[in-house]
Amino acid sequence: MTRITVTVDGVEYFDEVEPRMLLVQYLRESLGKVGTVIGCDTSNCGACTVHLDGRSVKSCNVLAVQADGHEVTTIEGLAANGSLHPMQTAFHETHALQCGYCTPGMIMQACDLLKDNPDPSEQEIREGLEGNLCRCTGYHNIVRAVQQAAGAMREGVAS
Amino acid sequence: MIPASFDYLAPATAAEALAALAEHGDDAKVLAGGQSLLPILRMRLNAPEVVIDLGKIPELQGISEDGDHLVIGAMTTYAAVLASEAVSTHAALLSKAVATVADPQIRHRGTVGGALVHADPAGDVGAPVLALGAELVIAGSDGTTRTVTAEDFFEDLFTTAVGEDELLTQIRIPKHTGWGAHYEKFVRVSHQWSIVAIAATVRVEDGAIAEARVGLTNMGATPLRVAGVEAALVGQPPTDEAVRAAVASIADDTNPPSDLNGDSGYRKHLATVLARRAVLAAAGA
Amino acid sequence: MTVTDETQTREAPELEIGRARFRKEDERLITGRSRFTDNMQLPGMLHLAMVRSPFAHATITSIDTDAAKAAPGVIAVVTGEDIKDIQGVNANAWPITTDQVTPTHLPVVIDHVACAGEIVAVIAARTEAQARDAIELVDVDYEELPAVLDSKEALKDEVLAHPDLGTNKSAFWQLDSAAQGSGGDVEEAIAKARTDGVVIEREFRQQRLIPAFMEPRSTVVDPTGDQLTVWSATQVPHILRFLIAATTGLPESKLRVVAPDVGGGFGGKLQTTPEEFATIAVARRLGKPCKYTETRSESLLSGHHGRDQWQKLTLSAEKDGTVTGLKVELIADLGAYVAVIGGGIPVLGAWMFNAIYKFPAYQFNCQTVLTNKAWVDAYRGAGRPEATFGIERMMDELAAEVGVDPLEIREQNWITHEEFPFTTVAGMTYDSGNYEAATAKAKELFGYDALRAEQARRRADKDPVQLGIGVSTFTEMCGLAPSRILGSLNYGAGGWEHASIRMLPTGKVEVITGSSAHGQGHHTAWSQIVADRLGVAFEDVEVLHGDTAIAPKGMDTYGSRSLVVGGEAVVRAADKVIEKAKVIAAHLLEASADDLEFSGGRFGVKGTDRGLAIGEVALATFAAHNLPDGVEPSLDSDATYDPVNFSFPHGTHLCAMEVDTETGATSMRSYACVDDVGVIVNPLLVEGQIHGGLVQGISQALWEGAEYDENGTLVTGSFVDYTLPTAADTISFVTDTTVSPSTTNTLGTKGVGEAGTIAATPAVVNAIIDALRPLGIHDIQMPCTPERVWQAIQSASTPPEGEREAAPHFDERAPNQDPPGGSITEGGAQ
Repeated sequence: MTRITVTVDGVEYFDEVEPRMLLVQYLRESLGKVGTVIGCDTSNCGACTVHLDGRSVKSCNVLAVQADGHEVTTIEGLAANGSLHPMQTAFHETHALQCGYCTPGMIMQACDLLKDNPDPSEQEIREGLEGNLCRCTGYHNIVRAVQQAAGAMREGVAS
Repeated sequence: MIPASFDYLAPATAAEALAALAEHGDDAKVLAGGQSLLPILRMRLNAPEVVIDLGKIPELQGISEDGDHLVIGAMTTYAAVLASEAVSTHAALLSKAVATVADPQIRHRGTVGGALVHADPAGDVGAPVLALGAELVIAGSDGTTRTVTAEDFFEDLFTTAVGEDELLTQIRIPKHTGWGAHYEKFVRVSHQWSIVAIAATVRVEDGAIAEARVGLTNMGATPLRVAGVEAALVGQPPTDEAVRAAVASIADDTNPPSDLNGDSGYRKHLATVLARRAVLAAAGA
Repeated sequence: MTVTDETQTREAPELEIGRARFRKEDERLITGRSRFTDNMQLPGMLHLAMVRSPFAHATITSIDTDAAKAAPGVIAVVTGEDIKDIQGVNANAWPITTDQVTPTHLPVVIDHVACAGEIVAVIAARTEAQARDAIELVDVDYEELPAVLDSKEALKDEVLAHPDLGTNKSAFWQLDSAAQGSGGDVEEAIAKARTDGVVIEREFRQQRLIPAFMEPRSTVVDPTGDQLTVWSATQVPHILRFLIAATTGLPESKLRVVAPDVGGGFGGKLQTTPEEFATIAVARRLGKPCKYTETRSESLLSGHHGRDQWQKLTLSAEKDGTVTGLKVELIADLGAYVAVIGGGIPVLGAWMFNAIYKFPAYQFNCQTVLTNKAWVDAYRGAGRPEATFGIERMMDELAAEVGVDPLEIREQNWITHEEFPFTTVAGMTYDSGNYEAATAKAKELFGYDALRAEQARRRADKDPVQLGIGVSTFTEMCGLAPSRILGSLNYGAGGWEHASIRMLPTGKVEVITGSSAHGQGHHTAWSQIVADRLGVAFEDVEVLHGDTAIAPKGMDTYGSRSLVVGGEAVVRAADKVIEKAKVIAAHLLEASADDLEFSGGRFGVKGTDRGLAIGEVALATFAAHNLPDGVEPSLDSDATYDPVNFSFPHGTHLCAMEVDTETGATSMRSYACVDDVGVIVNPLLVEGQIHGGLVQGISQALWEGAEYDENGTLVTGSFVDYTLPTAADTISFVTDTTVSPSTTNTLGTKGVGEAGTIAATPAVVNAIIDALRPLGIHDIQMPCTPERVWQAIQSASTPPEGEREAAPHFDERAPNQDPPGGSITEGGAQ
């Protein structure tokens, strides 16, 4: 067992973990943060995407011990002060989710994409989401959601 | 989905990491960015007793310039390479190839050195590093350091010159300032490994190709560089016809794999088409 | 923190139906408060891991579990022998013939493995990691048997998938229009066309697909005394409950099945699985709660697959392109077992190959066959995409042969809107539709004429990137299904759906539906229906489903049935509430019930301003202080609705593909579709269903295919090799609708869940062929990989300028065709 200190969604946790424990398993099994889900075993689907020190990672592809001393944000920590993140609102309003399984990872990656590029083209959005699989929406409305959120966030910054 | 148990070491210096490697030998696996290693461990295709994480060794990270060379620490992430103006200025081919690696999440974690040592023939870093004539700096547990050329670095499928008790520490790339570059990657779906890709960088002078470097991804057990084609390109105008003729033989001495995405013959054909496109794009044509 | 309930602009503010309501389901899903099965943890819960056969066909000679049992954290290792009396079977509920050959499907095999991935033993441990660690400690001795993997080979019965059955042929099923009196003799029509008309013969491959829902399947079982609660990632909690009871002997009344949040299904979770039954058996044996969650690799390997047919099609027509006959000969690969409705899936094509066209003569033949591969069952569209692909490809081939535009040949042969209701040559009665309207709108949205002009230019210019236009004017039959028809087809259950409405004293309304959603948006749509019907606020309606203790009756969600069958049940339950409330309202208002009218949620006395809102009646009924004599104090109502007909949505889908003739790479230029799904309850949900359906259909054409090697190992066993598209591989679609209300349900709705998938596949392939037809190419096998496209181009012989390629007849050179082999109908098979 290895001792780690990780801040997840603003809360600092001290834990003993097996070195082989994946970050996604730590989040789900140790912390009960089951909002982050597992969709594959080859790191293709992106359903487990979280932010590690502010950048998107696939939490199945990071060991919990590697997160020692770092900060993790999950879908459960995205809404701030009781308000949905503009990306969450946009996913809702554009019907960018159906079964909702890919949604946590998709939203976290979409947020990351706007960090680099606050005003992406459709093609840039599509390429920015190439690490996330969705089987329900055909991606059409996910692209709309990111466009809407980008607009809302730019306006938010401007005002 | 759950790796077999292992012990975890996170050395703070390269020397410590090398000492650990010397101690554990082939019972150990080195964890760089982990984006290829962790899937392998999760699927239990490999079950090392010890995992040595290089993530806490600052000296292995970063990009700097050393005279006419660009120096990239082995633990530099793809994202850092992409963000580097030095790389896009002096080794544009590497920037273009790295931009096609997997997906943004993977690029945030995956490292250039990790990919090179993993040496997957379908990986996108080997061909540009080879084409750019890079040198690889390898440190040994006995405290020595040696430098090998990219040609000598890639030995076989998933096999490099890095020995069991050694670490790749730096990639030294001769500056190709002012060279045009293009990485033409052929995939069926965007998150796939390259079926075939061509890394091309050229220097155009007075309307003709003055120098050219061409690397091939997934056309054999290792990345390949085709000196004959590079030579044939020199002096040619960057036109469809001229480049088509110059690259026509690019696949002649290759032995690409056959799989669900295409048989060997198809890959050879693809290489000729993609090479023309890559060179023309690199030349700005 | 709440999600907003504001809506987009709406035309009829007083009505909920037709409004683009945002979904009530979303809040928990966008905030990570989801309740997927694998999220559950119960006190003392054990974790299971499955030991699976690496061999496609083998006899098990011994299993040594001692080392695994001694491993850290392992509580038990259970073999098929250990649970043989309690594990039940994974049953087939639809034997398509009375003499169907149906191998027994044990959840945990005992001595015979019929496909790779079958469960040989189950490990129960304190943690999932410990359970998985012990897998390799179970020592199984296998004696490998020869495996039969190809369906055509299997028909020869030389190598048997199940040696004890003596044959691989499961069943032969035929529909003949002359025999059933719904049309003429197809052999006569074909014979006549051979002398003075046109005969098109093709053999198409419907490759094997994997549903690949995003949530891997997971089951949690909690045995409490003699009761058992099963949470499972299933589309069919009610069917699962019935089949657990029917095959394990557990009393149905002691069983509660819950489908909590379910992460997609697409038919892939319309199953009762070995994993569910194994988890139940182990939990019962150990008396402990147990959870099993599959990995993605296990899901691809052992979940049921879809499609997998060879289609030999013969179409006859007059010289002018008027169709005269269609003969269909299918070989359907069922895999190793006949899944719950596995044998019936290809048979659903029987009523769909004739599609929207007026064939005077028709024959459908289907031979199902067993092989040593994963079992095959429903995948989005289930039988209809296969049929639609076949006929829409054939209509393009006919157009090419006759030398007219593919839309023209369709118009020449389709049912005109004046002809509805129309009884087809297969014997189905289509209630409504307007193919002309949908096609006209789609052509305009697509810019059909401009694209055709560009195509001509690029052909003339010998552009290395050619443009092709694909057409699919599909219809489908969904809304499964009238119980009497299912009975006549030997299906093991009915096709009704159930709904209950509970009127709460505070004015809120609970709707209980037997149609268990997994992403479709039932909560939102049902709320809209009930809000309109009862005149209550959308926000005041709550929809409960997916738990047999809460929604005890139901037939679940598949076959685009929820709205047309389940929604109609909701309507009927609401109408019963109104009828019951009317009696009480009349009593309270001291008026005759005949003098009351119900509108906008209020019972009003005609000609007065006196009235009572339905919520007031609900409160008065709850209090029950003043009710008419003999009237029970409840407005709550149930309805079980059995549909009178199937639902027949249709649409026109147009696809433009660019084909790089140098590499074989294809890319989608544009896609426009106009679907007629009847009256639309929520356009946002309809668009979402279409978009998602389209990509699954497109993906069959371009990307997906389950492939086995010669040993029966699934080569496409992970998402690295089973290539699903991402956002970067797809485009934005142009979608629109026309509305021909269904005449067979109150709301006029039609199913929409599968339409996009059914329509899209032939549109894409037709577009690729259209781009390459001048080269003499008339087919490319799916998925149309760059390599296949390039190989087709290489092997094509360009016909001389101005000379049209004659359509070959079962051409052995064609890339899509195995040597054609004997007709399955020759010599009276079976």
